[in-house]
Amino acid sequence: MAKAFDLKDDSVVVVVGSGAGGGTLSNELAQRGINVVCLEAGPRLDITNIVNDNATMFGRLSWLDKRIGTGDLNASLPLWVCKTVGGTTVHWAGASLRFQEHEFRTRTVYGNIAGANLLDWPITLQELEPFYTRAEDKLGVTGTHNIPRLPGNNNFKVMAAGAKRVGYTQVHTGNMAINAEARDGRPACRQIGFCMSGCAIGAKWSTLYSEIPKAESTGHFEIRPDSMVVKIKHDASGKVTGVVYADKTGTLQEQKARVVCVAGNSVETPRLLLNSETSKFPKGLANSSGQVGRNYMRHMTGTVYAIMPGRVNFDRGTQMAGIIKDESRHDASRGFAGGYEMETLPGFGLAGVASNTIAGAWGPQYAKVIEMYDHFAGMWLVGEDLPQSGNGVTLHATEKDKNGMPVPVVHFKDHANDTAMRNHAYKAGTAVYQSLGATQVFELPPFPSTHNMGTCRQSEKAQDGVCNKYGQAHDVANLFISDGSQFTTGGAENPTLTIVALAIRQAEYLANQLNRKEM
Amino acid sequence: MKANAPNRREFLYSTGFIVAGLATSGSVIFAPDYSWALSPTAIDAHSAQTLLVMARQLFPHDRLGDQYYAAVVDAVDKQAASDAALRKLLADGVARLDAERGIRWVELSNGARSAVLKTVEASEFFSTMRTATINNLYGNPLVCRFFGFEGSSVEHGGYIDRGFDDIGWLPNS
Repeated sequence: MAKAFDLKDDSVVVVVGSGAGGGTLSNELAQRGINVVCLEAGPRLDITNIVNDNATMFGRLSWLDKRIGTGDLNASLPLWVCKTVGGTTVHWAGASLRFQEHEFRTRTVYGNIAGANLLDWPITLQELEPFYTRAEDKLGVTGTHNIPRLPGNNNFKVMAAGAKRVGYTQVHTGNMAINAEARDGRPACRQIGFCMSGCAIGAKWSTLYSEIPKAESTGHFEIRPDSMVVKIKHDASGKVTGVVYADKTGTLQEQKARVVCVAGNSVETPRLLLNSETSKFPKGLANSSGQVGRNYMRHMTGTVYAIMPGRVNFDRGTQMAGIIKDESRHDASRGFAGGYEMETLPGFGLAGVASNTIAGAWGPQYAKVIEMYDHFAGMWLVGEDLPQSGNGVTLHATEKDKNGMPVPVVHFKDHANDTAMRNHAYKAGTAVYQSLGATQVFELPPFPSTHNMGTCRQSEKAQDGVCNKYGQAHDVANLFISDGSQFTTGGAENPTLTIVALAIRQAEYLANQLNRKEM
Repeated sequence: MKANAPNRREFLYSTGFIVAGLATSGSVIFAPDYSWALSPTAIDAHSAQTLLVMARQLFPHDRLGDQYYAAVVDAVDKQAASDAALRKLLADGVARLDAERGIRWVELSNGARSAVLKTVEASEFFSTMRTATINNLYGNPLVCRFFGFEGSSVEHGGYIDRGFDDIGWLPNS
């Protein structure tokens, strides 16, 4: 029942991007009878295209169009996100955590931290709770709504045993959008591993095989893969009227729309707004505040790998197989604001461990480390980083991509708070493994960023951010920010559940507005 | 084995390869026992031999035969066939290694080869070869399994019934 809409049909809502934000929003709107055209830059893969091979799937899924990373970012691959139908929900590990109450009002709770551009969200946890509930139900999040948790694999058992020794108490196999039992047309997890290369059996929630087919079955939805949106158009009154996109052949097309919702992840979303500048919006669309592209956050991250006294085989089973939550609280006595989660992480194969364990290392000693691969245990540290005005996305002055769109330059420097938190987290992670007699422990710096947030943030006042508490642009009533870009601050938690909850909430708000003809 | 005596592997990889010119073009590098051969097309025989020794020098595993390192050179050679910049990078890199001590790099002692490599660590040539070795040595499924990365599991039904939680050495408290 997949539908095709005419390019001139200006009654459709155009959604840019088909990941956690765009894919969810599309389906929620289509379920309410609203016609949606979803433009996705990447190709549409079938689940049979998902194989257990890290390198192959990295090439098949990743957004590899040129981006320039500066500051602390990887220069040529600042982000690790996807360009494919389903977006980064094909790659994500499945961790589905709610933000904590204080994380919606960090300016109030953390105070005025020098160098940080902190702001309270215009919404509270209480306002978002009903939507978190619906998001958890949609994703089938383990440990919520009587959905059973997943069993723990070896890597989790090592982390849990160490956690117990060092005195942590909030340790479990996580709140995961991975089925422990068959649910909602998706099978139970078989502990395959390779979650981040795409789940080959569909046990992990992804918009690729959940929201998008469901939306198609309504008859109110069309997905157009290989469609890279380069500009949003507006009329003389400042309302948006549609988008220009490059189709599979590179030919520019214009799709009319009554509403445009942008969910291209935190680099492409501001890039598109900035590239849509006109004489009416000289700083870029919806950018009267000057905040478009600013306050880019990517979470404080780091990894601890340890060589354990016995075999672990940490690639077996779900990659994010469990969590220690004790450090996620805000406790300024630790020397930093905010908190972090500790989540298991495996090695991405021998090549991954050789590349990452010690950057640039080689020689006989390092070869011996790699030979211990099956004794490795690992965890990922992920915590709140602080928004900074100078961290963000700009358009390169001269360099353009094949569609004539300026290449994005992404800049990020750690705040001193981020560094203090990372150092604390490294020590905490190391202690977990040393408590069990780890023979060697390695602290790995951040990988290219997968949690990207904040470049079009929500704000109470129009001068402080880009959109309101529904993701609606302050400057343009029929333009919405529908992805993690709208985050005011980042929380310690993996962002996807919050992106989905906000998308459900936005869909309800937008549908009400459209039905009441207020838009 | 005496500490200073070269071990068997070191001896073989520094001096043992048999390089044969072909009547048509190019050359073939044979393993000392003729168990495998490498026939580069884009790079010359000396460069191929140098890169082969270099691949092992970067990530030396005594338990792995030279054919796994030869696969690295094979991959680089295939890429270089359609990449003139890479061909130049490799040729210049080999020339730089050879120029360092007045005799060809492959003929140096193990320790001297490492010392020379250390001086070129920051070069694009070095990082290209390091990355190529990681991808093609540690990306080889046979090498992966040898060191305990078990590879694709979906065709075996995952690990749900094959030991995802089989750890036996953890303490009870």
